[in-house]
Amino acid sequence: MAEISAPTHRSPARWLVVAIPYIWLVLFFAAPFFIILKISLSDTAIAMPPYTPVFQGFGDIGSFFGGLDLDNYSFLAEDPLYLDAYLSSLRIAFISTLLLLLIGYPMALAMARAPSTIRPTLMMLVILPFWTSFLIRVYAWIGILKPEGLLTLLLQTLHILGPDDQVQIYRTDWAVFIGIVYSYLPFMVLPLYAALEKMDGTLLEAASDLGCPPWKAFWRITFPLSLPGVIAGSMICFIPITGEFVIPDLLGGASTLMIGKTLWTEFFGNRDWPLASAVAVLLLLALVVPIVIFQNQQRKVT
Amino acid sequence: MRQTTLRIVAVGAALATTILTTSALPTMALAQERVVHVYNWSDYIDESILEDFTKETGIKVVYDVFDNNEIVETKLLAGGSGYDVVVPTGPFLARQISAGVFQKLDKSKLPNLSNMWPQVMERLAKYDPGNQFAVNYMWGTTGIGYNVDKVKAALGDVPIDSWDVLFKPENAKKLKACGINILDASDETFAIAMNYLGRNADSKASADLVAGGEVFRKIRPYVKSFNSSAYIDELANGDTCITIGWSGDILQAKKRAVEAKNGVKVKYVIPKEGTYMWFDNLAIPADAKHVEEAHAFINYLMKPEVIAKASNFVQYANGNLASQKFIDESVAKNPSVYPNEATLGKLFTISPYDPKAQRVLNREWTSIKTGK
Repeated sequence: MAEISAPTHRSPARWLVVAIPYIWLVLFFAAPFFIILKISLSDTAIAMPPYTPVFQGFGDIGSFFGGLDLDNYSFLAEDPLYLDAYLSSLRIAFISTLLLLLIGYPMALAMARAPSTIRPTLMMLVILPFWTSFLIRVYAWIGILKPEGLLTLLLQTLHILGPDDQVQIYRTDWAVFIGIVYSYLPFMVLPLYAALEKMDGTLLEAASDLGCPPWKAFWRITFPLSLPGVIAGSMICFIPITGEFVIPDLLGGASTLMIGKTLWTEFFGNRDWPLASAVAVLLLLALVVPIVIFQNQQRKVT
Repeated sequence: MRQTTLRIVAVGAALATTILTTSALPTMALAQERVVHVYNWSDYIDESILEDFTKETGIKVVYDVFDNNEIVETKLLAGGSGYDVVVPTGPFLARQISAGVFQKLDKSKLPNLSNMWPQVMERLAKYDPGNQFAVNYMWGTTGIGYNVDKVKAALGDVPIDSWDVLFKPENAKKLKACGINILDASDETFAIAMNYLGRNADSKASADLVAGGEVFRKIRPYVKSFNSSAYIDELANGDTCITIGWSGDILQAKKRAVEAKNGVKVKYVIPKEGTYMWFDNLAIPADAKHVEEAHAFINYLMKPEVIAKASNFVQYANGNLASQKFIDESVAKNPSVYPNEATLGKLFTISPYDPKAQRVLNREWTSIKTGK
């Protein structure tokens, strides 16, 4: 055994294949992360770039490390704004993910149970919105939801709203939820569909033969078997929604507090790159926990 | 002068990449082709000026826009922005000069400097001592823009000439239903509030800043939005009935409403308590690659007929004295654009915030905006 496996292990082609994802991670994840981590330990300055110390070469490495400290992190702990923003982001991400599941699951189930001839068409319909720019789609929602927008017009035409009443959704948290659920729906539906489509239909037939009512069969067979899809879909949505900036900024009101927006203010408004970096590092840590849960779940499945 | 952060981050990044990649290739291929990369405020020029410039000089203009000072500052401080001419506002200019972002102008290449308005240059020297780094492009005021009919319906037939209209909670409450917008530019809004309270508008003391913030905190429940670019259209189509805004923006909203024939009457007023006077200025980044072309562009914009054309289009006053005879009467004689001496005396400027005051300011502002 050892004689056979040793040469393949050393073959350069194999090394290359293994190395590519690692090189990718080092270049595009680890390196930027360490740069951000370093900036988060620096102090602001009126200079280019706007922080000190700047790495000047290995000659001054002593004073370079001497200039780093954890002040920014202790500042984050002192001001409740940052904790509020984190919690508010997590709350919005949690509610959105729940809504996505409630809407996405029936859709995915209907797709998986549809005749196989029309499944590709249904799949196409889910993916179709990606053909238009994400920003244009969010702007379209502004046109629909704003007080003098299409929704008001429609409800007024139907006499559900009086001629002087207007829909007050734009620039509230409701608009943010609508925008997020709309934008992320395909990311929830696709993993759910993948999980539900593989399911063995004979299991449900057997359940029904044995006298199990359909709703019970759903909870005891379909749902547990689709759990990997539920977790994958929820993670794929929850993680980016937590750091979401575009949708709350365009659709949300001034009172929609999210960590992405706080980060923006630190970086642009206060020109405090070190503090902004510290916020980003903590955001990453806040997201590592769900990722680890996700990975554990994946390991159990495979 | 305008915000809506994201649009710029997303579109700007995409746009910048496209512009840089598409423009870098031909530049490398034809080294002799001359270009200038300009980064200016959105809705801030008559674009035919750019075509005329290319016709006259053979220099191609790659024109990119932003809607708030913060984005520009961050790009400049990061270095390697790729721009040759940028247009920061006074206090930002001052800080960027001290950070070493800009290069000194070569005045031998700017013969049209003789057309400039000494009074404006003198005020600009507060930010750029000796006028070494920048030339004024446009200047204006931050005042109240309102929908004449809707405000009359809400408040009755009262004169709209004071910050009281917005800053008195009982008035703001009545205006809530028709839509109040506040400019999302904390440095300016706080200066205005401190001036309104009779305090020094340029104060950087925490007590003054907090007092200024209190003005907005009291009217916060009645405010619909805080933005600095979308409000032009919202005012023009009637979604917003009163706003703190930049003079030219509100006059553009007025123009758009007239063009749309939607019956919305928009008016701009400089409140009697006085307000903030700002200057947007042309400067060349230290790492600009087309310095020669940048000077040519700035010099071109100082031609009286050219800058007059820009002022006619964007409805802002410029810092070019010789241009005034080429400016349309509706702009030049409009006291909201070119205020009279008495009003000018009540306008104030502010100096840049130090990092500590800036943090207090933005912390207050975030807390006001989020209502926490």
